[in-house]
Amino acid sequence: MSLMKIAGLVSSWALRKPATRLYPFVKRETFPHTRGHIEIDIAKCTFCTLCEKKCPTDAIAVDRAAKTWSIDRLRCISCNACVEACPRKCLSMANSYSPAMLEHGIQSFVQNAPAEK
Amino acid sequence: MSTAAETKPKRTIIPFGPQHPVLPEPIHLDLVLEDEKVVEVIPSIGFIHRGLEKLVEIKDFQEMTYVAERICGICSCIHGHSYCEAIENIMNIIVPERAKYLRVFWDELSRIHSHILWAGLFADSFGFESLFMHSWRIRERIIDIVEETTGGRVIFGYCKIGGTRRDIANDRLKSVVTELKAIEKECHSITEVFAKDYSVKKRTKGIGMLSKDDAVKLGAVGPMMRASGIASDARKLGYAAYGNLKWEPITESGCDCHARLMVRCREIYQAFDLAYQAADKMPDGPIETKVTGNPTGEFAARLEQPRGEVIYYVKGNGTKNLARFRVRTPTFANIPPLLKALEGCELPDVPVIVLTIDPCISCAER
Repeated sequence: MSLMKIAGLVSSWALRKPATRLYPFVKRETFPHTRGHIEIDIAKCTFCTLCEKKCPTDAIAVDRAAKTWSIDRLRCISCNACVEACPRKCLSMANSYSPAMLEHGIQSFVQNAPAEK
Repeated sequence: MSTAAETKPKRTIIPFGPQHPVLPEPIHLDLVLEDEKVVEVIPSIGFIHRGLEKLVEIKDFQEMTYVAERICGICSCIHGHSYCEAIENIMNIIVPERAKYLRVFWDELSRIHSHILWAGLFADSFGFESLFMHSWRIRERIIDIVEETTGGRVIFGYCKIGGTRRDIANDRLKSVVTELKAIEKECHSITEVFAKDYSVKKRTKGIGMLSKDDAVKLGAVGPMMRASGIASDARKLGYAAYGNLKWEPITESGCDCHARLMVRCREIYQAFDLAYQAADKMPDGPIETKVTGNPTGEFAARLEQPRGEVIYYVKGNGTKNLARFRVRTPTFANIPPLLKALEGCELPDVPVIVLTIDPCISCAER
């Protein structure tokens, strides 16, 4: 490789922006279709249990009597199967990934739950 | 007078792996050396066997698509595609034309990102760090397109039995093709180095020879086979929309590490071309057909992954759970040719030769 070519390459790279980001100050933007994590609008849910049946990893549990919808975030593979199956469209796929957890827990949503004071 | 034992060089066994800087996944090789020369290689695999094929007993045939996609991280989308092709064949499902072209489009994007990823790892195996970084920088742009169109960075999740789960709007498809053309131009900056650089040639030319006869006899697949001069490519079977596209399998006659490298470098451009052709010919229409009933019968689907030909064998018994599910992955088929290629090489060349089969051990052990 000639010296001229090397000089050209070096100067072109010196003028470009770096290929990496200064994480955590600059975060990577997600796309509108990114499969991040499942969100539920619990007020619209009819507890039909279709999402529970369609979930390939058994991450979702629906309790009709107690009107609870719960999800194990560490079992969920964000495959979108529950969102596609939901007849009331109360499930949706959010673009951000689930945050890191300190301990394994199940997140529950209760319909008509008394507001916390 | 010296005895035979004195004249014969002493043999040493050096363990290679399961943890080794060039190996992202665990495989163990016992290298039998005479001086610095490898005379025999004894492999042992099974460090990450997960028993995914047995999951058919508890997961129904639709849910198994998600399992098939997770057999491997890099060729995940073609794993899902292979499983769907096999099930569609036994259930006589006719996939809509648009879905076939979409499958080709995403499969080829996956081939591009897999080959660029491999090229980076290969450069890293002989210590060319900057080439490794530039390869992965370019790969990131492909991954962005994949995430934007399918929703997943690595696990595409686009395939479902009977079609695809997502569609790309025609306008967006055109702009994606424009972006791909810009990325293709940038790819020349790395493939030129692989093809012409003195130090790359020094580490790859004439190393890890696998003759044409040995490649056939030991059942090599994919770029390993094509680098030995045999035009073997499962895409020529014409599955999905490959039968309607113009292309020929890429072959090299070098039979060495450099030939395998050049096959993959040229396949990157071929994959770009196939993606453009698929986008150009993509018809309008539905992207999926409704699936009813349960599979009965058996079928072995053959598809071309970035690493070579994969075989999916499925057997249905009329219930929602399959009776048998078996996957023969390209890495598994390429282990015997690898052992042959390693015979007679020098010890420092072992990592380079191991990398030329593009080892994906989680595929091989499932």
